Amino acid sequence: MTKLLGPAFAALALATPALAAEVTTGRLANGMEVVVIEDRRAPVVVHMVWYRTGSADEPPRVSGVAHLLEHLLFKATDDMEAGELSRVVAENGGTDNAFTSYDYTAYFQRVAADRLPLMMTMEADRMNDLALTPEDVETERQVVLEERASRTDSEPGALAREQMRAALFLNSRYGMPVIGWREEIEALSMPDVLAFYETFYSPNNATLVVAGDVDPEEVMRLAEETYGAIPAEPGLPERVRPQEPPQIAERRVLFDDPRVSQPYVLRSYVVPERDRGDQGAAAALAVLGEVLGGSSFTSVLARDLTFEADVALFTGAGYDGTSVDDATFSLSVVPRPGVTLAEAEAALDASLDRFLRDGVDPGQLDRIKAQLRASEVYALDSVEGLANRYGAALSVGLEVADVEAWPGLLQAVTAEDLLEAARRLDRDASVTMWVAASREGLQ
Amino acid sequence: MRFVLVAALLAPAILPVAAQAAVDIQEVTSPGGIRAWLVTEPSIPFTALEIRVRGGANLDREGRRGSVNLMMALLEEGSGGLDARAFQERREALGANFGFDAWDDAVSVSATLLSENRDEAVALLRQALVEPRFDEDAVERVRGQVLSIIAQNAQDPSEIASDAFMAEAFPDHPYGTSLNGTAESVAALTREDVVQAHRDAFARSRVYVGAVGDITAEELGRLLDELFAGLPEDGPPLPPKVEPAFDGGTAVIPFPTPQSVAIFGQRGLDRDDPDYFAAMILDNVLGGGGFESRLMDEVRERRGLTYGIGTSLVPRDYAALWMGSVASSNDTVAEAVALTRDIWADMAENGITQAELDAAKTYLTGEYPLRFDGNAEIASILVGMQMIGLPPSYVLDRNGYVEAVTLEDANRVARELMDPEALRFTVVGEPEGLEAAPEAPAP
Repeated sequence: MTKLLGPAFAALALATPALAAEVTTGRLANGMEVVVIEDRRAPVVVHMVWYRTGSADEPPRVSGVAHLLEHLLFKATDDMEAGELSRVVAENGGTDNAFTSYDYTAYFQRVAADRLPLMMTMEADRMNDLALTPEDVETERQVVLEERASRTDSEPGALAREQMRAALFLNSRYGMPVIGWREEIEALSMPDVLAFYETFYSPNNATLVVAGDVDPEEVMRLAEETYGAIPAEPGLPERVRPQEPPQIAERRVLFDDPRVSQPYVLRSYVVPERDRGDQGAAAALAVLGEVLGGSSFTSVLARDLTFEADVALFTGAGYDGTSVDDATFSLSVVPRPGVTLAEAEAALDASLDRFLRDGVDPGQLDRIKAQLRASEVYALDSVEGLANRYGAALSVGLEVADVEAWPGLLQAVTAEDLLEAARRLDRDASVTMWVAASREGLQ
Repeated sequence: MRFVLVAALLAPAILPVAAQAAVDIQEVTSPGGIRAWLVTEPSIPFTALEIRVRGGANLDREGRRGSVNLMMALLEEGSGGLDARAFQERREALGANFGFDAWDDAVSVSATLLSENRDEAVALLRQALVEPRFDEDAVERVRGQVLSIIAQNAQDPSEIASDAFMAEAFPDHPYGTSLNGTAESVAALTREDVVQAHRDAFARSRVYVGAVGDITAEELGRLLDELFAGLPEDGPPLPPKVEPAFDGGTAVIPFPTPQSVAIFGQRGLDRDDPDYFAAMILDNVLGGGGFESRLMDEVRERRGLTYGIGTSLVPRDYAALWMGSVASSNDTVAEAVALTRDIWADMAENGITQAELDAAKTYLTGEYPLRFDGNAEIASILVGMQMIGLPPSYVLDRNGYVEAVTLEDANRVARELMDPEALRFTVVGEPEGLEAAPEAPAP
């Protein structure tokens, strides 16, 4: 049986406190990567295909084409009618959906484990045989414009973040919204969509993740039968993107919208992402996010701005290093009524200065590591969460070994690593945004 | 994301419980007489605990709207000898997670506890439930946070719409107002009100428990006695049943936004009504079934008028609704509303087809076991079942109830229950071509 498993088949057990899930990897002859996460607790499977292409891979002028194409993948193929895939999934008691990010586009179904072959047949069909009509593009563009209206134009916070990212990235496509600028969505055409589809929807640009009550050898055999029949795309371009130049200026965004009920300050910095075999800096930044803003009670910002001073209602920090290019580190402060945005920002800077001076409280670092260890135990309870973890990582150029090393790297972060990470938060290369209901509120 | 299920926004505190799945439910009674349902699942070393106490925000005292909500938000803010930050530090060191929430019909406590230190984590949770401090500084801090949320909701079209809709439907019942309270009522709450709310909302005789994970029946029994010792046996009277008032028509609430949000609904069915399963099938065909529903197909897929439209049955403890929502640009929302009315009226008059009935059954019966996909998810299902008086065997029998619905049943219920004349719309935005109906002006 082994020879059916493909040339680069390998089985390896998770290094985490893995008790329920075992991870197996392989590669089809046409280049498609395969990850199988075995969890036999329930007769359910999650089937996902991740394309290593997202909005940051779009050419200029067509922002939103990756996301519009994601919608259109639910239309007709040469073998299926429009909507048939979702209908068949539903008729089999399953659920399906898809999502687009800066770095990847993923399609997934959750269904009873014995329906996996049907899911793979349908997903493989739409990888290569989409049969779009101009009417499909027309109608779905309207749906996307309504989606943008719901999720961005009706949400002042989302509009503000969009402006913020555009200011933060000088050259990277990470500055463009995933859903696209409204004017460019309106102009998206069938040729734009098809060019994107024909280039990027190929087995050598995809990762198959199957998680749940399955046998890895059987999954590999099914994958060869379905996805294995699709030829690799010889013209798949190398993933070379515009890179950020050194940032040498502090930038500010002032955003006012009468729908804003609660003013706030948001600060973002461009920082390193997780890289293959080189995740140390990212691990330190991830732990730093927890130290500075991971808890509304015990984090550095909460201590300084909420408990020791009466400045903030909420504070936060965030870093997600799972990206192809540079990542962002963000800090936020929602001031109490009566506290100005200038005062809130000054308190934020003073708190960062204090952290650089005093370093991390060893007790806090221990507690954060205890929580991270616990979260690895809890993570085993969600096979879908594990599937997402592997799918996202492999789609940004990481390998299974990097995913497995990550929890250990978080545990290994030292107080000195945290100071070094904090020194990367250089105000002279940052963007600070003030958000309020009116220009007066921004004074 | 291609589609966010709009109906989920309308879901009540109670799960839409329904059937079949391989879980072995034990009914446990502690030495002290507390009853619980348990699924022992030892493969991952943690336990998920879901506790609900019937009553919830319905028990707010006269003129004290928001007191139960504020009280629940304060349970993580210090208890026993620990102030807010000391309490959180202790919890973090144990790697435990506690969630405290207020709902209309219940308060809930959700916990995940590692096996390695479960006794210590339970002792800490007991302290939060039985010995909360409600320190004055914590009350002020959380009051500020709640007021900020109330201000935010006042600027959110979906919140404005659902608040107005519920106010019309329930003029003389707690369901008619938000459990957050108003800026005025929350500003006036005292520490004594919070203490009273705690005494009212945590009655031992109203406790329901689901536990799933690495724990035996004996261990759970001891845990329950420890957890609830010291809580009052009984609470104040629960509210009466109420018939929602709907007289059709459309209310328009002007709000400056590019996209209008509509909430719509009519009377529903109680969860123990013999026709409930027929109504569940009707709802699935109408708008509860994702892309395959009539509303999604017509309003989104064919016309591109929205990113999402959905419906759901909302059987609360004291009233039953059938609700839906849709968002559409100001210049198209009138068309979306008109289509929804037509589809509603058509189903009332002509019912559904055999093919639709069959597809809905396949979906509903197939989807049910997929819900049992994690310890916390299963614990939550177990509690929901107990609160509506279902036996453990329901898990196995439920799909049989769905299968037993005939086309005649479904279409009789469509005729009897669906009332297009009473279907009420509340629209927030700047809709074009939508007039507020004279018989029921906007509030």
